[in-house]
Amino acid sequence: MSTNVLMPQLGESIAEGTIIRWNKAVGDKVERDEPLFEISTDKVDAEIPSPTAGTLIAIEVPAGETVPVDSVVAVIGAADGVATADPARDAGAPVRDAGAGAAVVPAAPAEGGKPTTPAAGGKPKAPGRLSPVVRRLASEHDVDPAAIQGTGAGGRVTKEDVLRYVESRSAAGGRVQPMSTVRRKIAEHMVRSRRTSAHVHTVFEVDFSQVARLRDAHKAEYAAAGAKLTYLSFVARAVVDALAEVPVANASLDGENIVYSDDIGLGIAVALDDGLIVPVIKHAREAGVRELSRAIADLAERARTRRLAPGEVEGGTFTITNHGAFGSLLGMPIINQPQLAILGMGAVEQRPVIVDGAVAVGLRAYLTLGFDHRVIDGATADRFMAAVKLNIEQFDPGLL
Amino acid sequence: MGMVPYGTALSLQRELVAERQANRVPDTLLLLQHPHVVTLGVSAQQQSTNVLASPRELADRGVELHEAPRGGDVTYHGPGQLVGYPILDLRPDRCDVHRYVRDLEAVLIGTAGAFGIAAERAAGLTGVWVGTDKLAAIGVRLSRWVTSHGFALNVSTDLDYFTLIRPCGIHGRGVTSIAALSGRPVTVAEVEPLLVREFAAVFDRTPCPSRSSG
Repeated sequence: MSTNVLMPQLGESIAEGTIIRWNKAVGDKVERDEPLFEISTDKVDAEIPSPTAGTLIAIEVPAGETVPVDSVVAVIGAADGVATADPARDAGAPVRDAGAGAAVVPAAPAEGGKPTTPAAGGKPKAPGRLSPVVRRLASEHDVDPAAIQGTGAGGRVTKEDVLRYVESRSAAGGRVQPMSTVRRKIAEHMVRSRRTSAHVHTVFEVDFSQVARLRDAHKAEYAAAGAKLTYLSFVARAVVDALAEVPVANASLDGENIVYSDDIGLGIAVALDDGLIVPVIKHAREAGVRELSRAIADLAERARTRRLAPGEVEGGTFTITNHGAFGSLLGMPIINQPQLAILGMGAVEQRPVIVDGAVAVGLRAYLTLGFDHRVIDGATADRFMAAVKLNIEQFDPGLL
Repeated sequence: MGMVPYGTALSLQRELVAERQANRVPDTLLLLQHPHVVTLGVSAQQQSTNVLASPRELADRGVELHEAPRGGDVTYHGPGQLVGYPILDLRPDRCDVHRYVRDLEAVLIGTAGAFGIAAERAAGLTGVWVGTDKLAAIGVRLSRWVTSHGFALNVSTDLDYFTLIRPCGIHGRGVTSIAALSGRPVTVAEVEPLLVREFAAVFDRTPCPSRSSG
């Protein structure tokens, strides 16, 4: 029997926590309520007590790492010190224990299967009725409660019954892990966007040789000024100019009103270890290549180290996602609601191209525009992309 | 409690937290001042690049350097700064660290308001600000929902000492005090009762400020 220790949620709006210190090492005995580890969130440092007595079998998240709420951070083995590896331990569906300082649930039922949940601790309920905790747990794991043999009062299905069922189901191979808060939010956003917008995608091939020449010529000068001149900085600038030309690509939809924005809030999608976030470059209309390259590097770095301020992910009017950074040639991005368009940038690579009837070596990338056909028609989208293409291929050296 | 050395205040807090967890004492708010000290929160201890002065310079100016088991980066405490350490059990109804920090900010904003100072929160930057200057710092520790550490409100602090550090590791922002903003001498003793009133209102508790000679 083992117990998963979870990253607790110390506040409603808190999605993750950073472990700053482990007070115990693997193999150490711990008492129930003994400080096990410390976490940090906002300007608060909290000491988390052990949920149970036993032996610390595994530390899943080392000090210094940040993980979403409800992630398994450690595993504690039975108090008798039998620290055998438990093959089903990852399947021990973690559940937040509402209100408690530490959020844990035993992966297996307590001795004798005695119900220990708060829900079961109160007055016995009518047979067949499910507590909210059990209902939620069952739906999280996509389990039909009717399929589970209940061991609670009057054959009622308890939290432990659901967990045991999930464990046995997954014993066949693989594991079950509930989505983190961040993951759930991303999932909701993506599905909502797909359902809301009439997604259409258009792809342009863009010649990057002019940009590559400018980049080589100015790279050192940018580096000396502490900025990194990337292809993305050029694309960002080309997009900003194209948005000025085709303002509907910078608009959003509010009910039946198209809301045009004078300002450009340029969102840059940043991949995180588990998830993604879109920090926004405010007032991008006025920003030169240097400011854009600085802002992109700064926001991306702070997004990855989770130091973004809440206001920095708001106010976006258009989004760029650079999936080419991971080698992707051509992507079909989902629109970042309530915006109307998103640009996907593929990898810039050498390709055989035809120049004046002869095969030559070209430097090209595929740029995709995902747009909402409710508002933007294909001709408009292509006019926008033609502007982006032109701005990149004939990039104005004066903008550097 | 008047002037209390940082180390003494640390052990006092440790004892009170244990007592509070055992429910042997009620919710308590410690109000005090520290002699010159630079303290490193948890995020500073791993990488203390925000202490700008060398240990030698600190010693020359009579400033102690202390590690503090609280959230946050580096900060300075000294005479003229009202330091508050609430030892509260947030259970059962206030178990939300963000809410607790926002509540502390509300207390400090209300206190500054009594001096005609429009202090405010800054998105993403915990603490209380006037323009781009920091009026009060916050750093909290939580142990089974019992709070310790807390806030430091600059009343008549000699702001020069902040040049020893980069407060809370935030670049491009300064520090200020109630005296500097109101343009007249203000004492910690004058601010204390106002802060206690705000605290009681925001937290809906009537904490007994410790008057024992520490």
